Amino acid sequence: MSKTHVTTTINGEPTEYLCEASQSMLDVLRDELDLTGTKEGCGSGDCGACSIIVDDRLVCACLMLGAEAEGRRVLTIEGMSHGDKLHPLQQKFIEMAALQCGVCTPGMLIAAKALLDRNPNPSETEVRFGLAGNLCRCTGYDKIVRAVLDVAAEQRETTR
Amino acid sequence: MSEQRRYKWVGTRQNRPDGADKVTGRARFGADFNLPGELVGKVLRSPHAHAVIKSIDVSKAAALPGVKAVVTGADFPEQPDQLLPAGEMQVNLRDVTRNVMAKEKALYEGHAIAAVAATTAAVAQEALSLIKVDYEVLPHVIDVQEAMKDGAPILHPHMRTDGVKPAPEKASNIAKRLEFNKGDAAAGFGKADIVIEREFTTQPVHQGYIEPHAALASAAEDGQVQLWTTTQGHFQVRGFCCRLLNLETSQLRVTPSEIGGGFGGKTVVYLEPVAIRLSQKAGKPVKMVMSREEVFRASGPTSGGWVKVKMGAKKDGTIVAADITVALQAGAFAGSPVGPSCMCSMACYDVENIHVVGYDVVSNRPKVAAYRAPGAPISAWAVESVVDMVAQELNIDPIDLRLKNAAKQGTKTHYGPTFGVIGMVETLEAAKASPHYKSKVKPGYARGVAAGFWFNVGADSSAAAHVGEDGSVTIISGNPDIGGSRASLALMAAEELGIDYKKVRPIVADTASIGFNFVTGGSRVTFATGLAVVNATRDMIGQLKQRAAKLWEVDVDAVVWEDGEARPSSTNVGKFEPLSLAKLAASASRTGGPINGHAQLNAQGAGPGFGVHIVDLKVDPDTGICTIDRYTAVQDVGTAIHPSYVEGQLQGGAAQGIGWALNEEYIYDAKGRLLNPGFLDYRMPVASDLPMIETVLVEVPNPAHPYGVRGVGEVPIIPPMAAIGSAIARATGVRMVDLPISPPRLSAALDAATPRMAAE
Repeated sequence: MSKTHVTTTINGEPTEYLCEASQSMLDVLRDELDLTGTKEGCGSGDCGACSIIVDDRLVCACLMLGAEAEGRRVLTIEGMSHGDKLHPLQQKFIEMAALQCGVCTPGMLIAAKALLDRNPNPSETEVRFGLAGNLCRCTGYDKIVRAVLDVAAEQRETTR
Repeated sequence: MSEQRRYKWVGTRQNRPDGADKVTGRARFGADFNLPGELVGKVLRSPHAHAVIKSIDVSKAAALPGVKAVVTGADFPEQPDQLLPAGEMQVNLRDVTRNVMAKEKALYEGHAIAAVAATTAAVAQEALSLIKVDYEVLPHVIDVQEAMKDGAPILHPHMRTDGVKPAPEKASNIAKRLEFNKGDAAAGFGKADIVIEREFTTQPVHQGYIEPHAALASAAEDGQVQLWTTTQGHFQVRGFCCRLLNLETSQLRVTPSEIGGGFGGKTVVYLEPVAIRLSQKAGKPVKMVMSREEVFRASGPTSGGWVKVKMGAKKDGTIVAADITVALQAGAFAGSPVGPSCMCSMACYDVENIHVVGYDVVSNRPKVAAYRAPGAPISAWAVESVVDMVAQELNIDPIDLRLKNAAKQGTKTHYGPTFGVIGMVETLEAAKASPHYKSKVKPGYARGVAAGFWFNVGADSSAAAHVGEDGSVTIISGNPDIGGSRASLALMAAEELGIDYKKVRPIVADTASIGFNFVTGGSRVTFATGLAVVNATRDMIGQLKQRAAKLWEVDVDAVVWEDGEARPSSTNVGKFEPLSLAKLAASASRTGGPINGHAQLNAQGAGPGFGVHIVDLKVDPDTGICTIDRYTAVQDVGTAIHPSYVEGQLQGGAAQGIGWALNEEYIYDAKGRLLNPGFLDYRMPVASDLPMIETVLVEVPNPAHPYGVRGVGEVPIIPPMAAIGSAIARATGVRMVDLPISPPRLSAALDAATPRMAAE
């Protein structure tokens, strides 16, 4: 079977790859591009561990085909920090112990970023619904929700 | 004795050592390991709940281009009928090999029948479809009470109920009966003013770790094997794989990946022996990853259960007798957590007369694995619900009733031991004094309370402490870190050594690089491996003092270790500048060579833990949907080494318990096939289902640990079900006895309890 040639931008880098027509974006990221920070928890779009941002939209990489990335901008967890500086959400997750095992964390951080990008002033309820597509079995979400609310408050402070 | 001094590092909230790796995607979990030339391994699973495997023809699969190896049960040697410890549970080797790969029978839908290794996933998948299995389908049984009945389909014709005299002659699905007695329950009920009796059930629930099982094996031609896997115990994986495949432990090196949740479910082997066997046959590395569906169908959920509780109390609230029967599904092979379920059932209370009987029952479901306080939540759901009914009936505050009957130091348990220093009373008092309990229940809402107990575990641990030439320290242990244990171990090491936490780097070593460590389970790591780390650093400090004594030419007794440096014990010793860890490390070659501390131990005296949870909720009578408004978990945690991760254990356990109470269950069709093997239909709590989980950390230090550590991870999953059930009973007047209290079930129960409204 001939492969599809895809030209795209991943974490700010122009990227080209070949993929099978049936290959998911998740498998492309993990198996073709060695970007294993994006995790597979279910393969059916129910857990959010493979959350990525495509253009400005939060998607489950397991529900997108690799071929669909043609001409788009893709952000994965590997592109969230800037050089040696963690994104404020990443820093806050560490400081507030918003992770235990850490396997949901990349997807959770990407979903939290997508949430704050479109709503910089979320209520607790909005954070909870914004992250409702991302399963975490360890934390009970308490420290995650607090961390996201904290970052939102700090970012409002600095942009004022 | 508890030390009154304030610690410098213990009890502080430092950033975890693996934090940056885990927020950037660098951390490598089970499925993130690859080797050049690796093959993809896949498993063929039984479509039947119960069937004889008459024959398996793999010839077409083996002949498919790209297929490099095929294995079936015949590739795994027969094993003796012998029990081995696995986490908090015990397993039988004869059964373990059959669970890894079926031999004469398929015993549940999803049971592994054969496996292939091929160059690509697509080829492996195609090969599976070419394997021809001739099944003779047998009648099956899922439900625990059904499986116990005469005439139920028998899973194992050789099984006779253990613990019954005289030994039965007939085969049964009841693998074992156990009994615990204290006082005389029958006589005790004679002293009771009220007696309440009720039956309860629970459905099997899955641990629900987000990371599926994954393993990568590389077997070399000389018999050496390397394995990378996601597990709670790589030494356990080594032990099982070596037994199942006739390898020596020195031939198999197991490296644990970061682990994406386990909760007890990653204490046994599924893929690992298969990946090794395929790699041996193919001569190439083999990687296997379970799909989520396979995780649900073929890896261990916990038992579903049936529990009958009869409890008698006096008018003043004194519980005088309890008679409890617990029957738990073990899945396809014997070994449910019915033992701990029976033992924990009444452990919160100091009651004179207790009788508990337990049954371990096999049925055509995946073999259960440990799940957080294995068995305890099931008996507690029943017992704590009945305790609440007693409180309601006698019109006594549920915390006061528990205080009146609380276990304390000196209480003799119904399963044998007498409690040492425990914190049940302190935990109840803290719950009563909590802001939540002192607040008024909002109109339209109701409040429920329940308690929980877990023994906690000690067992075998090894640790080492190495000083680098600059004086920074590596702490090496062998327990996969699920929820921040590296941070806790480093805090204790920094405290002992008197150096900055950031100068201590804790790592989890592979099976060839540190001595044996029992699994990460039973809430044992911070206690037992923590003790090994403390002892290893103390061994190192002893050597550091010797090196200083040598440099100063004084007796070693004249040197003390304080604040990270060697100092003369008094001015009489002489006038010496203190020697820091860095200085002693720099001169190590001249004073006797590298400075490394070691410790290995079997930790005794794990301190039991007690928890009390409080929940406020409201019930929508039309839909049966429960909305939790406020939730508080109170627990005796001994000493909170890293309070954030201790709180995290309480919050996570409570959330799992809430899922168990309200939504989670395995649903089977009439043919014994699981209908909901995915996160869409197996409904775990999401962020919008829950409120903040408030925590109250009660600290009653464990005298058997230098920092007073008690395990904390298990207890918090025990109280939620009964706390929620009791809140619902108080909100609606209907006492639910079957879990989960899902919207359809609750709404049906409410309809049945309400007199029909006249048709309008």
